[in-house]
Amino acid sequence: MFKPVAKAEAIDPKKIARREAIRKGLFWACWGVFIGFAGILGASIVRFAYPRIVFEPSSIFKAGKPDDYKVGSVALIHGRGVFVIRTEKGFYALSAKCTHLGCQPIWYEDQQVFKCPCHGARFDKEGINFAGPAPLPLPRFHLSLSPDGRLLVDKSTNVGMDFFLEA
Amino acid sequence: MKWVPLGLVRYTVCLGGLSVFFFLLCILTGPFLMLYYVPDVNRAHADVMDIMQVVPFGAFVRNVHRWSACLMIVCVPAHMTRVFLQAAYKPPRQLNWLVGITLLILTYLMCFTGYMLPWDQEAYWGATIGATMAENSPFLGAKGPFSVLPPDKDIHYIMLGGTVLDQPTLSRFFFAHCIAIPGALAGLMGFHFFNIHRAGGMSGPL
Repeated sequence: MFKPVAKAEAIDPKKIARREAIRKGLFWACWGVFIGFAGILGASIVRFAYPRIVFEPSSIFKAGKPDDYKVGSVALIHGRGVFVIRTEKGFYALSAKCTHLGCQPIWYEDQQVFKCPCHGARFDKEGINFAGPAPLPLPRFHLSLSPDGRLLVDKSTNVGMDFFLEA
Repeated sequence: MKWVPLGLVRYTVCLGGLSVFFFLLCILTGPFLMLYYVPDVNRAHADVMDIMQVVPFGAFVRNVHRWSACLMIVCVPAHMTRVFLQAAYKPPRQLNWLVGITLLILTYLMCFTGYMLPWDQEAYWGATIGATMAENSPFLGAKGPFSVLPPDKDIHYIMLGGTVLDQPTLSRFFFAHCIAIPGALAGLMGFHFFNIHRAGGMSGPL
């Protein structure tokens, strides 16, 4: 066993108080370092989960020549989530994302209706919800002609229900 | 500490143990499925088909995993119903009830993330629905009520690793299903059992 270096009474009370202060300071410094490190680690992991760059298809894309679409047809642009619809008045582009929970509605040519396979929401050719759980019509995207005569769909710009690209 | 009277219903106290049993079966079979399954969008589904049709006893191992998960989903709420009906959530077991609710949520998240891994039509649209629900959740989602986060910072974005379901989503769900959620589940289960022990054992005679 270790022998005490000095008797307890012999130590200056000021010295004891100082040592006590150092002990407390070290204790909280250790906790500070630990909490600080844990905080930095946690924050950096959360930030790590947000990618800086995403490899996703552009929201603006060309959808072929206007002549490729027959009058009255509804065409799904694969991989883009957009329906391009050609009527006698002209073209318009509808989002192929159900406004209920995001599945892709299917166009039924014989019934002239969009049906969502997930929960049975229905939309008419204008994209207006008329049955099922969908709370809103399908958004309509901006459509224009690119300089080389192709249809240009802009998914980042929503337009009103009266929007048409004149044929 | 008072023992909760059980009355005539006795075997219902096994439901918690059954949940653990099914969880252990999943833990046992899951790593073996990982030997053949690669979370790559171009081959994930083909790998699952390989496990089902080519790998010796692959269909058996996968079905044990799948059915254990399904039965766990049945057992955990049944266990909670038993605890609720016998008022076994009362002191000194309040904290354990809260831990149990967290375990229930984690179990559902296990199921949700595992459902997505085969990368077939069901998985893809199921994950789409889940992601859209997350997008519309309050506070954390960009489109939900009281939303504070922009679309490229919300829970939907962090879940999918972007704005559409693609390779980052599959990688994230794979990580969540195989590492993050089972780890949290196992740790909290240990805490759950420790709390049972601390409160004086099972809430009734077995």
